[in-house]
Amino acid sequence: MHLPADLKYTDTHEWVRPHGDGTVTVGITWHAQDLLGDLVYVETPQLGKSFKKGEECGVVESVKAASDIYAPLSGDVIAVNQDLASSPEKINQDAYAAWMFKLKPSEPGEFNQLLDAAAYEKLIASESNS
Amino acid sequence: MIDTDLKRTALFTEHCRLNARLVDFGGWEMPLHYGSQIEEHQRVRRDAGVFDVSHMLVIDVEGVAAREFLRRVLANDVARLTAPGKALYSCLLNEAGGILDDLIVYHLGPERYRLVVNAATAEKDLVWITGLRERFAFHSDLRARRDLAMIAVQGPEARRRFWQARETARVATEGLSVFQGTDIADMFVARTGYTGEDGLEIMVPAEDVVSLWRDLLAVGVAPCGLGARDTLRLEAGMNLYGQDMDESVTPMESGLAWTVDLTGEREFIGRQALLNAAPRERLVGLLLLDRGVLRSHQPVRTAQGEGVTTSGSFSPTLNSSIAFARVPQGVSIGDAVQVRVRDKWLAAKVVTYPFVRMGKSLL
Repeated sequence: MHLPADLKYTDTHEWVRPHGDGTVTVGITWHAQDLLGDLVYVETPQLGKSFKKGEECGVVESVKAASDIYAPLSGDVIAVNQDLASSPEKINQDAYAAWMFKLKPSEPGEFNQLLDAAAYEKLIASESNS
Repeated sequence: MIDTDLKRTALFTEHCRLNARLVDFGGWEMPLHYGSQIEEHQRVRRDAGVFDVSHMLVIDVEGVAAREFLRRVLANDVARLTAPGKALYSCLLNEAGGILDDLIVYHLGPERYRLVVNAATAEKDLVWITGLRERFAFHSDLRARRDLAMIAVQGPEARRRFWQARETARVATEGLSVFQGTDIADMFVARTGYTGEDGLEIMVPAEDVVSLWRDLLAVGVAPCGLGARDTLRLEAGMNLYGQDMDESVTPMESGLAWTVDLTGEREFIGRQALLNAAPRERLVGLLLLDRGVLRSHQPVRTAQGEGVTTSGSFSPTLNSSIAFARVPQGVSIGDAVQVRVRDKWLAAKVVTYPFVRMGKSLL
């Protein structure tokens, strides 16, 4: 499934999985890895660091190009996926299982600004037609 | 959406059937990869892969004084090609010694030669060579062979799998030495390539290439795209025209001095300029020591001054990033340099190239 309905999305191609305790898990979408091609390096955000929504917080680099990762919500980074340093290709293999980091959001109002699956699908459809 | 004015080879529908990611390459709609360019790269290093290279142009030069004509036109000397089917790699230069293209030329027989030139420069090359023929009053035939398609089967198992697919071609091609080709009926087979592995480049009438392609896939050869082609040739230390060199630089500034034959008195286009030149730059290999990926057009800081990367990528075989860079003459193998990658100066080392041979690191 390229667009899980239970996730939220950003227009910079991150996905967000909300948890019952208010924290969220973040990764990049199937569409993002498809555009980038084989990933060779992933720079996850620093554990413990705080970011504002939309701030650059990491990098994914493929054979083809490098792409910044943006914080989908303001908050603190409470976990990072260590696996990705040695196996960046896991994102190509399963973008929704290969999470990048977990955030403890600081601005509750921001969550509803994220896109749902239908809105994200529309966005990528319009991008590929331009 | 891809511009529909792009040219397509005879294998285009095959690429679509295989769900290739298509890109514009020199005005041609070509496959970048068929799923994973890194997997395709590894397949060629370990087994066998096949590339559609029909976008390149075959130019046959035949007839009266063809040899003398090409000895005038090319920086390398075709007189060195004595055995039938032997080929060499040469630059095509302008009067200032600048590189118009790089190509392979095969000696098919007495006064019969076959050139293979790059896709993006094919028209320019044809106009240039035709102009020289007029200028020097030669009368050889020049034939652009757009009726031919070309594929490259590369890897340690490439020749074996080709013979599985085309058993009748084995006898004629088993004995080919490296950089030698031969005609078999409508097919021309040469033991050449752009990957640093053993393999063959095969030219057939365009209407025959689909069946050859499918037969190769059926015996386990992996389809490979331009992405893998680029990482393979970079590891193998091979230049890419338009990136590593162009009309503004000479072979000596591009790591290609070895392709220019200045021995004897042979007059060729660019000779005088090269004899008078004092190259201030050289092409070197770089190995990135910090994490990241080198790409083209990145500034390079050396103890002898500034340079620039010409080609760069991630090397799947080395699991590191490598590049070619044009740097001041005094820079040496082993020197520590810095490369500006995405707003940071990263540490790199000047290394010899090729970086990889027969699947193993040479560093």
